[in-house]
Amino acid sequence: MQKVTRDILVKRASELLADGTVSSVLGWKAGEFDYDVTPATFTDTESLEKGFVWSDFSAANLSKYLVSKTKSAEGRILVFLKPCDTYSFNQLLTEHRIDREKVYAVGVPCEGMADINKIRSICGDGIIKIDCGEKLTVETLYADEPFVVEPSEVLLEKCESCKSKKHVAYDELLGEEGEVVDSSRFSEVERLEAMSADERFEFWQGELSRCIRCNACRDACPACTCEVCVFNNPASGVETKAPSDSFEEKMFHIIRAFHVAGRCTDCGECSRVCPQNIPLHLLNRKLIKDMNESYGTYQAGETVGASSPLTEYTLGDPEAGDVLEGGGKNA
Amino acid sequence: MNKSFDTLIPAVGTITDVRIDTPDIKTFRVETPDGKKAFDHRPGQCAMLSVPGVGEAMFSITSSPTNEEYMEFSIKKCGCVTDWLHSAEVGQQITIRGPYGKPFPVDEVFAGHNMLFIAGGVGLAPLRSVINYCRHYRDRYGRIDIVYGSRSRDDLLDYGEIVNEWATDADVNVHLTIDNPQEGWDGHVGFVPSYVKELSFDTDRIAVLCGPPVMIKFTLAELEALGFDKSQVYTTLELRMKCGVGKCGRCNVGAKYVCKDGPVFRADELDCLPDEY
Amino acid sequence: MLKCSLSVLDSVFSRISEKMDLYLPVKREDGKAEYKKWQGEEWSENLNTVKSPKDFFFPQSEDLVRFRTEGKSVEVIDEREEKAPFAVFGVRACDVRSFEILDKVFLEEPRDSFYAMRREAGIIVSVACQRPAETCFCKAFGIDAADPSGDVTCWKTDSELYLRANTDKGESFISIFADLLTECDDTEVEKEKEKISRILEKLPLNGLSTESFGAGKTEELFERAEWADLCEACLGCGTCTFVCPTCQCYDIKDIKTGNGVLRYRCWDSCMYSEFTKMAHGNNRLTQRERFRQRFMHKLVYFPENNGGVFGCVGCGRCLKSCPVSMNIVKVMKELGDK
Repeated sequence: MQKVTRDILVKRASELLADGTVSSVLGWKAGEFDYDVTPATFTDTESLEKGFVWSDFSAANLSKYLVSKTKSAEGRILVFLKPCDTYSFNQLLTEHRIDREKVYAVGVPCEGMADINKIRSICGDGIIKIDCGEKLTVETLYADEPFVVEPSEVLLEKCESCKSKKHVAYDELLGEEGEVVDSSRFSEVERLEAMSADERFEFWQGELSRCIRCNACRDACPACTCEVCVFNNPASGVETKAPSDSFEEKMFHIIRAFHVAGRCTDCGECSRVCPQNIPLHLLNRKLIKDMNESYGTYQAGETVGASSPLTEYTLGDPEAGDVLEGGGKNA
Repeated sequence: MNKSFDTLIPAVGTITDVRIDTPDIKTFRVETPDGKKAFDHRPGQCAMLSVPGVGEAMFSITSSPTNEEYMEFSIKKCGCVTDWLHSAEVGQQITIRGPYGKPFPVDEVFAGHNMLFIAGGVGLAPLRSVINYCRHYRDRYGRIDIVYGSRSRDDLLDYGEIVNEWATDADVNVHLTIDNPQEGWDGHVGFVPSYVKELSFDTDRIAVLCGPPVMIKFTLAELEALGFDKSQVYTTLELRMKCGVGKCGRCNVGAKYVCKDGPVFRADELDCLPDEY
Repeated sequence: MLKCSLSVLDSVFSRISEKMDLYLPVKREDGKAEYKKWQGEEWSENLNTVKSPKDFFFPQSEDLVRFRTEGKSVEVIDEREEKAPFAVFGVRACDVRSFEILDKVFLEEPRDSFYAMRREAGIIVSVACQRPAETCFCKAFGIDAADPSGDVTCWKTDSELYLRANTDKGESFISIFADLLTECDDTEVEKEKEKISRILEKLPLNGLSTESFGAGKTEELFERAEWADLCEACLGCGTCTFVCPTCQCYDIKDIKTGNGVLRYRCWDSCMYSEFTKMAHGNNRLTQRERFRQRFMHKLVYFPENNGGVFGCVGCGRCLKSCPVSMNIVKVMKELGDK
């Protein structure tokens, strides 16, 4: 359950609309079910009261929408940002993708978001109601009694390995500020590193073979904001819509991971939106971990304007050979 | 039994002649390797030409079906496939499949009527097929007027044929125009829509329009101002196509597929379609 | 009506597998299901698959033709082959209907031989839905989840599997394991159908109406202001189209293979920005037009061209997979009569 309630968000948004601070509100909108929440713009109190959702299912990172919204919107946009979302927000500001003047960022503390897939694997299909209290109470068509689920059991992967409860950007914060979390987010990467090259290849072969090349990972990724993606550009020579061989999926995901290296804040949206549950975040995390080890700890999006280790050269940088050796030790 | 003909599998075509028409349009003659026509077609229909490894694209067949020996395609250089074709020499083989699309109703509707053909730029390509068909069966049609305009004298497609053959036919009137004055040009200067207005055609005819979308739009307005009903006006549409047979799903305007239900549409039929072309 | 005990189901599967490849929904480690070639796995009858079974007839990517090029010459190499028979078991009513919809596209003249050959080789064994999900709305499209069609229809009870052959293909398929089956009347099946009907009555999307859609509704719906809000969150990815059992748009592409050129086709998505892009323009410039196209196609254009049949089967896959939870149900509710 979220400590700051929906009503607090709705009330504050209404006030800011009423006093003219903002002209629209970017938030999450209720759908058919308690879990299907869609990013949406609200422009009046009535629609906020009616449709605004702040629950364990408000997982979508809204920062990327600001790229197009700040281009077209008149007036300021209120955007609700969870701690992890603020890193993406800062990174987009660093890359000059968002007009900061047009944004009024309201930080919202987050207790972690729920993964409907995990809930389904416990409760089965037929979920007709989810009450997000201290525990999640899940009613289904097929069980006589509701399931009572510990939120910690069904956290999204990105929340299980949450890196920060602290907002790194906001104009205003609702509730209490949290701390940067000493997360164990690299443990799965370490497990993969410990594998032999063949085992690791087999692991990724298995995961990536499920890819349907829907591009959801790319299109949800706040670091993927190219006007025309290289994979959509016929002139690039790598424009593809489906794998023509089994290597191609790996190529797509690895190239994407390299494209966002140093800019990926590890927001975890890629894995969250993947319809095939591919742990794509692990590719990014491996690169983050390698960069940390080679160039010192760096967190993309922590501050606005920071230059990433991959875009800055210092005399202390390890030589290519050192990096290769470091990477080679696990081969 | 299912492994029968499949329209997606093309035949080989050999380029047997390349004519440079304008700075960016060439006309290619295509035959089968044994010197025949790849298939029969009707005026206004199209074919998919491809350069293996480069891509496939839809082109209108500019030669008349009455030409029994070969097909011709007037192609403007504007993308991957067309760039490649423009560098092709005689003897080059490509692939060809078709015919695709609904043709102009030359026998069903046009026969017995006076005809007014209006084209802009490379838009003459699909009309040339109809014009030559009508000229071939000259006694089936009434008076023929042809209004054709382009950016400059050099950009007029099929100029030799227009001047030496069409313009010399009895009962065929050719009205040429170019956008801007040019040395050595003593013909009309101005855009096609205003020229159509100036020529002030009688409405006792069927008009066939082809050219860039903006030209079609303004010319149609001028025709209506002259008293033409949209049901007297035919035009063609062009959208991105892949299969050519209404299955790949991209060239639709509303419920109509341009490749299958078009490319020829009557102007009043277009009015029933959503504005998405 | 025929039946067998669930305890011999493995023997049935193994007998079929001796004759032909058998595919059925299997639960994966991540808790979701997918169609897999049976090699002793357990059939996951309660979970619908993330990807639809359209892959069996219209694979995500398939070779069309090869070319050998040398100097100025081009040779066309047609490598099409008849397909060996295969069976798809456990297909839900919605997906069975999706094949009928795909047939209308691919088997209409000019017939698509690639699809036709697979369709002819494939045997569809459907199963009545015991556990429809909350996201199911097949009823809105006139589909009866309790009595699906297909070459063979099955009903599963607590202890038995009941089978009914609907076609000659189905009859000869059943003969493969006829000795494991016994004749029976349809009492139990009727009971099962009733049970399923009662569940169907309780589905939350039951009230969904198609009344505002169908042939001739283009003018009414095309310029509706609601499209702007509906498409607002759309990322322009292809998830909905790729998990959809009826989306059939495709692209044709060439790749150089080193010793020639391979022309293949692959699924394409009307949600993609370059779907309709041409050298000199794009008639669907923003996501609004692209989003609208997908739903207008399923709800208006398709029925207009196909005797009123909608291009959606209510399988609910897009409801479960869309990264931003935008889907056809929300579109129908927003644009439908309120």
